[in-house]
Amino acid sequence: MIDQKTPDRKTSDDHALPNAVPSLTSNLDLEAPDKPYLDSNEIILNMGPQHPATHGVLRVILKLDGEKVMGTECVIGYLHRGVEKIAENRTYTMFNPYVDRMDYCAAVSNGLGYCEAVERLMNVEAPPRAQYIRVILTELQRLASHQLWLGTHALDIGAMTPLFYTFRDREEILKIFEKYCGARLTTHAFRIGGCQYEIYPGFEKDVKNFLAFAPPKIDEYETLLTSNRIWLERTKNVGVISAKDAIALGVTGPVLRASGVKWDIRKAVPYANYSKFDFEIPVGTNGDTYDRYLVRMAEMRQSLRIIEQAVNGIPEGPIMAKVPKLIKPPVGEIYHSIEAPKGELGYFIVSDGSTQPYRLRVRPPSFVNLQALDLMVRGALVADVVAVIGTFDIVLGEVDR
Amino acid sequence: MVEKYKCQYGSGLDAQTYLGQNYFTVDRSLIPDFLRLLRDEEQFDYCVDLTAAHYPKREKQFDVFWILYSFARNERIRVKTQIADGESLPSSFSIWPTTDWLEREAYDMFGIKFDGHPGLKRILLPDGWKGHPLRKDYDILRQDKEWVQINLGIESGQ
Repeated sequence: MIDQKTPDRKTSDDHALPNAVPSLTSNLDLEAPDKPYLDSNEIILNMGPQHPATHGVLRVILKLDGEKVMGTECVIGYLHRGVEKIAENRTYTMFNPYVDRMDYCAAVSNGLGYCEAVERLMNVEAPPRAQYIRVILTELQRLASHQLWLGTHALDIGAMTPLFYTFRDREEILKIFEKYCGARLTTHAFRIGGCQYEIYPGFEKDVKNFLAFAPPKIDEYETLLTSNRIWLERTKNVGVISAKDAIALGVTGPVLRASGVKWDIRKAVPYANYSKFDFEIPVGTNGDTYDRYLVRMAEMRQSLRIIEQAVNGIPEGPIMAKVPKLIKPPVGEIYHSIEAPKGELGYFIVSDGSTQPYRLRVRPPSFVNLQALDLMVRGALVADVVAVIGTFDIVLGEVDR
Repeated sequence: MVEKYKCQYGSGLDAQTYLGQNYFTVDRSLIPDFLRLLRDEEQFDYCVDLTAAHYPKREKQFDVFWILYSFARNERIRVKTQIADGESLPSSFSIWPTTDWLEREAYDMFGIKFDGHPGLKRILLPDGWKGHPLRKDYDILRQDKEWVQINLGIESGQ
């Protein structure tokens, strides 16, 4: 193409003609023997870490043939803070707030797992009243986590409305948390041995109001998505994982249940006082993104069922067990896990009898689940990668710790 | 189950219970076979976690743990073994593919090598980092200053 210089407006006179002479030099290389066609072989595409659909700082290296994914590799660790090292240098009590910063979308669940692990190591049990408060808050947290997942997952796929609906309703849960312990996100609600705070006056009323408020809202999300043609096209048969593969890859939580494995730690290895409540474990059949959506929607309703039973049965009594001021568990090891909104959240603690854990290992559900990404997106399209990352419900604070 | 394996392996294996949780302490030489046996014969088809702990004063510095779960039996057990610094372990990737990242993390944090792992490299820390932070001799304030200066262009990450 012939290079035509545009006249410099700042220096030229308003009425004078531009005095630039068209350049006669050409950029076309007519002598070149081969025209440079673009290579249409496989390409490596780098997605993230700064990408809105990766829900944080996840970097996925994609090997693409056209639009088809030939393989992926996850690069993680951008949010690594060395939580396990910090634990070794803090007392058991001091480490408690740190666990909230792992899965920051479900801080209450993290706190429950940690407190129960230390309690088991010390052989104490939280009093019944504290157990009930814990269950109510943890199930509210599960709901909030699923709502956040639904909003962002739908947004990734292109449905914007659910985001506003879910965030509007999640606010009601966060308000209860704020009234209870003063914080909305990193709550630090529980203590080793029970709960720090007695429930505030009107707590039961607030929870009951929420129980009346939430079901129609969940129906509302379902009307937006469940039989939405675009939603079905984008999620059905996308990211399929069989039950066998899911177990081999250590996948847990709703992702495992959507593949048809009826396994929930609340039922299999009951902790807190979940054995007292009546609820179902929703399972899927196909193990695709749509089934995982259905499983989580059903789980929200089951959480409401648990909350309803719990809030009507809060017993009187103390909220703290007799725990020494200085927590010094005896020498030993414990592995304790709970059903966090994302899957099995485990704490493995090695105690040497001092006030600090000798070794504290967190088994994060998101970290282990994310390994299945490669299997689930191989052969799919680039757009499906976004859907599959969303369907895991990963939180990078927990993946990287 | 415990009796059966005790007869089979003799002194290389010990079974204990603490706070209602069962664990096996096994000799390092039994490692791939015993784990495979647990999966195939005893239906421990889900490897929950793999991790380690460092005891610098001992001759065999590392405890390595496998936490296993069986869906069929609804039972969770731990397998524990001891290895010395610099000694490697056979990878259990072919038994439970989930140990892929877990072994990489153990390598990253403790420097334990797993033979036969398909791509043993650092996972949470950057590739060029020096040192393994969860070892007890790695101070909490310590960092790879050189890496920080070259890659982040700052004096210190603290």
